[in-house]
This record gives sequence, structure tokens and C-alpha cells, in this order.
Amino acid sequence: MGIYEILFWLLTIMAISSALGVILSRNPISSVLFLIVTFFSISGHYILLNAQFLAVVNVIVYAGAIMVLFLFVIMLMNLNADVEPQKGRLLQLAGVIAGGILFLVVLAALKSATVLPLEKASSDIGLIKNLGRTLFTQFVLPFEVSSVLFLSAMIGAIVIGKKEDTNTIPLKGK
Amino acid sequence: MSQLVYLVPLFPLIGFLINGIGWRRIPKSLGGVIGSLAVFASFCVSLGIFFEVKSDSFHGPVLVQLFEFIHSGKLFIPFSFQVDSLSSLFLLIITGVGFLIHVYSTAYMHEDEGMVKYFAFLNLFVFSMLLLVLGGNYLVMFIGWEGVGLCSYLLIGFWFKNRDYTNAAKKAFIMNRIGDLGFLVGMLLILFNYGTLSYQEFFGKLQGTQAAGISSDTYNWIAICLFIGATGKSAQIPLYTWLPDAMAGPTPVSALIHAATMVTAGIYMIARSHVLYTMAPMTLHIVAIIGLATALFAATIAIKQYDIKKVLAYSTVSQLGFMFLALGVGAYTTAVFHVMTHAFFKALLFLGSGSVIHAMGGEQDIRKMGGLGKKLRTTQITFLIGCLAISGIPGLSGFFSKDEILAAAYAHDPVLYYLAVVAAMMTAFYMFRLYFLTFTGGFRGTEDQAHHLHESPTAMTIPLIVLAILSVIGGYVGLPGVISEHHALGSFLSSSVTNISEHHLEASTEWMLMSVSVTVSVIMIIFAYSVNKKPDFKPATGFAKVLENKWYVDELYDAVIVRPIQNLSAFMERFAERKGIDGLVNGVGRSVRWGSDRIRMLQTGQVGFYIFVMVLGMIALFAVGFFWVKL
Amino acid sequence: MPVQYYIFLSMALFCIGIMGTLIRRNAIIIFMCIELMLNAVNLLMVAFSKMYADSSAQVFVFFNMVVAAAEVSVGLAIIVMMYRKVHSVDINILNRLKH
Repeated sequence: MGIYEILFWLLTIMAISSALGVILSRNPISSVLFLIVTFFSISGHYILLNAQFLAVVNVIVYAGAIMVLFLFVIMLMNLNADVEPQKGRLLQLAGVIAGGILFLVVLAALKSATVLPLEKASSDIGLIKNLGRTLFTQFVLPFEVSSVLFLSAMIGAIVIGKKEDTNTIPLKGK
Repeated sequence: MSQLVYLVPLFPLIGFLINGIGWRRIPKSLGGVIGSLAVFASFCVSLGIFFEVKSDSFHGPVLVQLFEFIHSGKLFIPFSFQVDSLSSLFLLIITGVGFLIHVYSTAYMHEDEGMVKYFAFLNLFVFSMLLLVLGGNYLVMFIGWEGVGLCSYLLIGFWFKNRDYTNAAKKAFIMNRIGDLGFLVGMLLILFNYGTLSYQEFFGKLQGTQAAGISSDTYNWIAICLFIGATGKSAQIPLYTWLPDAMAGPTPVSALIHAATMVTAGIYMIARSHVLYTMAPMTLHIVAIIGLATALFAATIAIKQYDIKKVLAYSTVSQLGFMFLALGVGAYTTAVFHVMTHAFFKALLFLGSGSVIHAMGGEQDIRKMGGLGKKLRTTQITFLIGCLAISGIPGLSGFFSKDEILAAAYAHDPVLYYLAVVAAMMTAFYMFRLYFLTFTGGFRGTEDQAHHLHESPTAMTIPLIVLAILSVIGGYVGLPGVISEHHALGSFLSSSVTNISEHHLEASTEWMLMSVSVTVSVIMIIFAYSVNKKPDFKPATGFAKVLENKWYVDELYDAVIVRPIQNLSAFMERFAERKGIDGLVNGVGRSVRWGSDRIRMLQTGQVGFYIFVMVLGMIALFAVGFFWVKL
Repeated sequence: MPVQYYIFLSMALFCIGIMGTLIRRNAIIIFMCIELMLNAVNLLMVAFSKMYADSSAQVFVFFNMVVAAAEVSVGLAIIVMMYRKVHSVDINILNRLKH
């Protein structure tokens, strides 16, 4: 087995086990940490697939910003394993079975799909230069629109999260 | 002139519209004038048409098409009028007698609040009747047929505040409708087998394809179905019970509709379709038998009736039976002749009875009358003329037409003749019983009524006199073969309808038949006189009681037909309607409610549950998308 | 590595994410499992991008991350606000959708 395959299997095992850790751990903070590990392993897969830019962006945005946000919220609510609610056994079983069935169905469907082989030493489409060229020529409109999306998300988050002000002075004079 | 034939029904239609729309505002006498003038105008146009048809320059039936009525694919039925001798004769009868009755009504209905409405209905009736006789195809005739049924209903139930009268109107209409179903089926059979309803085309096809393909069964079925319609409209067995009850309407209505015109629609229809009926001898046989049976049956009932109008009603049914007997033995022209004379003397008798009722202040029971001749001279004389005419006394119109019928019956089958003579005997008896009880002897009413007795106003007596004159001279257009070679009416009508003369009677036989019928009539008149000299009205027992109660036919119909239908509808209401249809409709609502109650459970508000359902849906979509749908 | 391996991996992560949303009762953990699902899809898109040597799939991944980020910020704001009202993030208690 070449280095490539060893790395692949390593990263795969890491990803799946940490994903299982996310859903199975009782402490929410442990779940967050497991999820961060999952993101790192996925970024590793990106590098293996010659998508260097995305690997770095994944780490920065997801593991760096989003997970930190989650941690903030969990800390804010002071959640820990004691107060963590649990669903009933039957419902959990139903959930697991549903997920399992979905897995099997998709697998069976895609088993006989026609695919092209992946080349190992392949193109450099994942390089920042090439990706940037595609982004700013072919997809420039979605790119600009996504900035508007961010703006609206920001405004929305602020408006929703604002505390109600109970001490407002009435506008009319006394 | 015949091109202007559309004017004939147009005038009464306009009269109906004016009187009908403005009946609250138009003063009573003006309404009467409008109605009478409308019919008079029609009468004048009909006279013009009659003379044109009579003249030698008239060739064959003239079809005047007004507009295309139904045109759908291969089916083409125009709204057309047919002017020929038969229709022009009926036009004269309808408009002439109708006009006299309109004039009579202006005086008779003078105190009634709805007098203008009454004239509107009368005009509408005349319009429908004219459509009936003028129609060039069975459909236009049917329009008129239904129209006169409707007007009969409207006029019988004219005093609508009385429940009995409205029930009588309903009865008339419903029995008419039963007959109309037969007529409609007959029309559909004609349309199905021959593709046309127009008289000329239909009869042309009948005569042309006599031996081609269509079996004689078809002719018989068509003829029978049309005849069922005639039994309903012309009050024959079994659909006759509405006519005596229809006397609930005002007397001029009884005179016009139930004596002179509407009830003769059946006769007209069969006379018009004589080509068809000649080819269906079995049906003719049925027609004759039913006609004869009705004549006898109704006469027996009339013997024991005490309401002056009921006697006349049963007399009408009986005389219609005679006319159908004439049709049944193939004597079509004779039947039309009797229609004409019957119109004269029956209208006269009804109007006379109206005069009597008017004088008696509304009393109709002859047991309370008597000796009216002293105060009601004109009425008495004209009534006597009418009774003589209907009894077949020589010299008056009834003699000629009735004798022609009897002669034709004898020529066909002597048994029919003997039974018809029995009916004629009873006719003479009950008519003169009526006359003697009403106009002679001592007065049996109350003091108040005695003071009220007076002769009717001129507007009522003039039509009586005119009709009396017509009853006398009207018969001379149809002199029998032994007296004169020339039968004016027969030759006039021969362009559209002729008698089937299968057996020709010898002159001596004819004289013998005539004398026999005259003799028995005179005997019955004397018998009536002697029986009613000292009238004694004890309650009837035994057979007399059966006659007085009309052979319990109404009760029979009630038990056999009306009750079961009412029970059936009550049953259907309880089961089919409430449990079945209501249950079904309410059940749909209830099941929707139940379903929504169950589906509501899905909306738990639990996000986890929603996600679960989403996942299940995803699985299903994947499975279907990948394994079932061909990608 | 044949691309089927990447398909299996991605599907496994996706289904684990689904099981997570169904099993847990904590709203925040459910949110995190949704992020996990998004990432699984991203992985798959990148693998296909290598297969077809087309960079538009990587652009799609880029935008996917954009959307995920915006969604997280708004979603967490909502959860925080609900927490202020009800003082719990148990989804059995957050059932205002029922009305």
C-alpha cells in the first residue's frame, strides 16, 4: 500500500470515529470537540484530493469560526452532561434504523453507477490561482450576491438577538 | 291570406301579454274588451282563411314556416303552420265559440277581483289551442298540447284560495301529463323510425313505404302511444276522472275548455293522423272500444248526479266517447262533424247553466232548483234547444252528427251500434232529467234565492242565443246520404281527411236506423218527464248509490295508484333519502372531519418528529428515484 | 483510490449526521449534526470535481460553506433567544410550532 492509501484509510477512520463521537457523547462540549476533529480529517481528505484552497478555508471557516461560535453558545447556556436530556430508547432505535436504511438505499443505488477513475498526480484545478479565475469569471454574480447574503444574515442575527429594552423613555414629553 | 296565418295566434298572444302584465292596473271592463277583441280579430282572419281554403283556387295544404326551431345534425324541425281544410275548420270553431264565451265572461266574471288575470289566461289558452291545430308537425302540436294543459290548470284553479279547487287543478294537470308521456313516446317513435315529425313528410313516407321494412307493429305502437295522449287530454277511460273535478273552475272556462275546445284536441290529433291510424287497424279497434265504453260508463254516472255542472261534465265525457267511437270505425269526417255540433250545443248548455248558477247566487245543486223557467225565459228556451240537440231530435244539429256516427258504427259492427244506442238513450234521459228538474215544477230553494232570481244581463244572453241558433242550423252542412247527395262538410274536408267507407248501407237500412234512434230518444224523454214530475230525493241505495258515487273509480285510483306511490315515496324518504343520501353526504363530511382529526396528530410541534418524517421521506424518494424511475 | 470509496465515506458521514439529528434532544447538538451533513456533501463534491477535472464543483463547495456560515449565525441567534424565554434547549419543550 502506498503512502497515499495509508493516509486515506487513516483519515477515514479518524473521520468516522469522531463523527460517531459527536452523536454519541453526553457532554455537549465533547461533541463540539469531536466535530472539530472531524473537520480536520475532512480537510485532510481535501488535500489528498488536490483541493488545497478548500482545505485551508475549511479549517479557517468551519473549525475556526463556526465551532468557536458553537462553543460560545454552549458556554453561555452552561450546558453539561448532567442536565443533558435524553430521548427514549425506542425513538433512538427508530432514528438509527432510519439512518441505516438511508445508507443502504443510497449505497445500493450508487453501486452500479458509472464512474471515471481518479488520477493521483492530476490537474491543478484546486490551486488558488485557477480556482480564483473560475470564481471571478464564471461565478462572479453568485459571488457578489453572497456578500448580500452575509449582510442579511448579520442584520438578522443582530435583530433577533437583541434584548428587549424595558427602560425606554416615552417619546412624548411629560 | 293564408300567408297571414301567423296573425291568428298572434292576436290572443298579444292580448295575453297586455292583460297578463298589467292586470293590476287595467280596469276590469277594459281587460274584458281587450281579451274579446283579440279573439274577434283572430276570428276575422280565420274567416278569411276559411273562404280562401273553400275557394276553388286553393290547392292542397299550405305550409307557412315561421322559423327554424330545431336544427341539430340531421334533425330538422321547423316551426311551421299547416293551413288546410281541417285546420281552417277548427280555427273557425275555436275562435268563433271562443269569442262568444269571452263576451259571456265579461258579464259573468264582472264581480271578480282577478277578472283581468282571467282574461289573460283565457287568451293564453286560445293561443295554445290555435298552435295545436295550426301546427305543421307533431312538435308544434305538442307545444300547443302542453300549453292548453297548463291553461286548464291555471283556469280550473282560478279561485286559488279554495283548497279543493287547487287540488282539482292539480289532478287535471297530472292526469294530462300521464297522457302526455304517451304522446311523447309516440313522437319519439315516429322520429326514431322516420326521422321527421312533419305531417306531410311523415304521411308521405307512410304511404310510400307501405310494405318496406317497417313492421305493422311499429304503426300500432305509435298509434297506441299517441292515443294514450288523447285519452288524457280528451278524458277517456282510464284518464277521465279529472274532467268532472275540473268543474271547480268558472263556468265559462268549463264551456270553452272542457266542452268545446281542449277536450277535442285528441279527436283533432287522430283525425290529423288518419293516414297512420288507417294502417293500424288494431289500434282503431281499441279506440272504438274505449270510446264506446267511456260513452256508456259516463252516461250511467250522469244519471245520478245532482250538480248541474257535473251532469254536463259527464255528458261531455260521454259525447267524447261517441266521437272516439266514430274515429274507431274509420269515420273521421263524422267525428269532426260531431266535434263541431258538440261545440255548439255543449257550450250552449254550459253557458246556460252558468246563467242559472248566476241567477241562483252560486247554487249548483239541482235539488234546490225547480221552476226556474218562469223567471229565466231566455235561458230556459236556449237550454231546451241544447237538450234537444244533444238528444238527437231531428231538425237540430245533434241529430245529423250523432246519426252519422250510429250509421257508421252499424256498418262496421252491429254490436257497436246497439250499445251506442243504449248510450244515446241514457243521454236523452239524463239531459231531460236535468232540464225538468231545473226549469219545471215547483221551486225548491230558499226564500232568499227566490228573491234573487233574475234573467242574466245581455252580455250573457246574446251568446246563448247565437249558440242556440248555431245548434239548430249547424247540422245542415252534413246531410246524410239518403236525404241529399251533397255532404257539404265531407266534401270540404275531403282535401285533408276522409271517412273510410268500407260498407255502404242501403237507403232503407239508414232510414230504419234513424227512426230507431229518434224513437228511443223520444221515449226516454217522456220517461224522464214522468219520473221527475214528483221528484223525491231520498238517499240512494244499492246500484243507484254506486252510480251516484261514480262507480267508486276515484276511490279505486286512490287505493291502487295514489296510496302506493305515497307509501313508496315515504319509504324512500325514510331510507333512501335520510339514511342513504343524507348518510352519504353527511358521511363524507364526517369522514373528512375524522381524517383531519387523525392527520392533525402529525402536527406535534416537536421538531425532532418533523426531522424524522423528513428522513423517512428522503429514504422513500431515494428508493423510488433510483430503483423505480428509469433514469 | 476509486471514487466509490469517497462515495461510501461521504454517505457514511451523512447518515451518521442524520442519525445524530434523530437521536439527540439538544437543539445545539442537532445543529452541529446538520453541519456534519453539509460537510459530508462538500467532501463528495470535491471528489467529483477531481473525477471530472472541473473546478465548478469546488466553487459550489465554496458557496456551500458561505451558506453554512450564514445559517449558523442566524440559527444560533434564534436558539439563544428561545433560551432566554424558556430557559432550555430541549426540543421537546421548544414546540411552539404546534400552535
